[in-house]
Amino acid sequence: MLRINGLGCGYYDRQVLWDINLEVPPKEIMGIIGPNGSGKTTLLRAVSRLLKPKQGSIHLDGKDIWQMKYRELAKRVAVVSQGLPEETLTVEEFVLLGRIPHFEGLQFLETNHDFEVAEGCMALTDVLRLKDRPIGQISGGERQLALIARALTQEPALLLLDEPTTYLDIAHQVGMLDLIKRLNRKLGLTVLMVLHDLNLASEYCDKVALLSNGKIYKQGRPEEVLNYKVIEDVYKTVVVVQKNPVSKKPYILLVSEEEKRKKK
Amino acid sequence: MRKRIIYWVVWIFVLTGLLLATALFSLYIGSVGMSLNKILRVILEGKGTLEYSILFDIRLPRIILGFAIGGSLSLIGVILQGMFRNPLVEPYTLGISGGAAIGVCLNIVFRLNRALGILSLPVCGFLGALCVVVLVYSLSVKKGVLKIQGLLLTGVMISFISSSLIMLIMAVSRTEDLHGIVFWIMGSLEEPNNALILISLCASIAGLILSYLFCIDLNALALGEEEAMHLGINVERSKRLLFIIASVLTGFSVSVAGIIGFVGLVVPHFVRVVVGRDHRILLVSSFLGGAAFLILCDTLARTIIAPVELPVGVITGLMGGSAFVYVLTRKQMLLKAK
Repeated sequence: MLRINGLGCGYYDRQVLWDINLEVPPKEIMGIIGPNGSGKTTLLRAVSRLLKPKQGSIHLDGKDIWQMKYRELAKRVAVVSQGLPEETLTVEEFVLLGRIPHFEGLQFLETNHDFEVAEGCMALTDVLRLKDRPIGQISGGERQLALIARALTQEPALLLLDEPTTYLDIAHQVGMLDLIKRLNRKLGLTVLMVLHDLNLASEYCDKVALLSNGKIYKQGRPEEVLNYKVIEDVYKTVVVVQKNPVSKKPYILLVSEEEKRKKK
Repeated sequence: MRKRIIYWVVWIFVLTGLLLATALFSLYIGSVGMSLNKILRVILEGKGTLEYSILFDIRLPRIILGFAIGGSLSLIGVILQGMFRNPLVEPYTLGISGGAAIGVCLNIVFRLNRALGILSLPVCGFLGALCVVVLVYSLSVKKGVLKIQGLLLTGVMISFISSSLIMLIMAVSRTEDLHGIVFWIMGSLEEPNNALILISLCASIAGLILSYLFCIDLNALALGEEEAMHLGINVERSKRLLFIIASVLTGFSVSVAGIIGFVGLVVPHFVRVVVGRDHRILLVSSFLGGAAFLILCDTLARTIIAPVELPVGVITGLMGGSAFVYVLTRKQMLLKAK
């Protein structure tokens, strides 16, 4: 589905990513994890074509994304970025903007099909009941859902998410990732997302790629990547990794400095 | 969702009705009083009478020019406010009017209009405006990307520089030229040349049609440039073309009618309150609203203390400004009451 070959990129003269090789197979959930400043968001920006690669290339189904037309790319890839919309648009108007890539040359109005798609996506993300509310007046969690509804309205094959759980409490975090998993299973959506929380990444991703200083430190299934040695090496902090008794996935426990000293 | 389209069509009808009513009112009122019956009779009688030439040679051209200029200015306001995502931007923010003013001032000071005819005034204005457009544009493009914030800052700075230059020109110019400069800067819809009026009309309508091709892009740009890119908009191309449309149209308006403030700032805000933020309706209704507003203001300007004629900018500023403050404070009170 998505293949990144020897990607190097950055901003102006500051290189952020070096030699990234990554493949996201279709219908998989791939998590990008790593410490602050390791280049997670930059990688996502490169994939969503906001940043031009300095070296290497990014191919989507065998096609270089920089060779594709803007609309063509937007029909295949949808992005849910960080930061919540502060518009006075209603939720429905906002979600309908996701149909823009499907507009024909001189089409100005949405067709009935566009409305149906938008309504279906709002139902799927449970924001249909809010469709006439201004988007600036609903809660952060609901706004995040509206963002996802808009992305789904693009009918993409690949969904990119930048920390979709940032503004949410634990129940909403789980709800959000359950939703993403459901979309992945039901619609066959391929997902590439940046996650901060290692436990969530371990629980929900089929594969994870751990970034460190702009390079991929290790990638693979969560069980392969998330062990205490790797994490301590990348994050420079002491952790304990155990197995979640229910899901058998690794989960990471933190140890405070005081406790560490007591142990010694 | 047919509801929304019906709502839009209704508003277009309402605004068109308003525009026609204002135009008729403007045709009807003036220093020579004419009842509606009389107007009808004059029209039926045809050419030749004094009343006929008052109606069709004096009042009608002003109405048409008011339509073109008012429509253009408020259309430019919508485009720029949408592009910059900044509600305070107006047609004159980018310094284009300053360029036009310098062109006209130089023309007057060097007496080019006496040598080359009165038409050289708008031509010089337009050339001045174009110079500024090219300057602002080339200063704001970095590595092939048009930096919107840079565009705004450069524009504001060029406005300041050009107003200083105008003051300089005024300080060293002869008294009799001073009057011409001040008169031009104040802005007026009086334009004896019918060809220019026709050109302005065509330019304004062309501006409306061209910018309408970008209404979807403007809707997406309201979410921010990166979000618009995610939605498949060729943001660089849209920004450039919208900037060019807006600035050329500003150049046209300013060189024909001078600097008429407030239309491009206030009308889009009012219209946005009424019809919403969707550019598919906002562009058209702002054009209609701006046209009606300027025709009304011009009618008041020439009748309020007739036979003396006030500069139309005085009326647009007073009316637009006070109505705007009133609506804004009322809105805040309503919000508090909620």
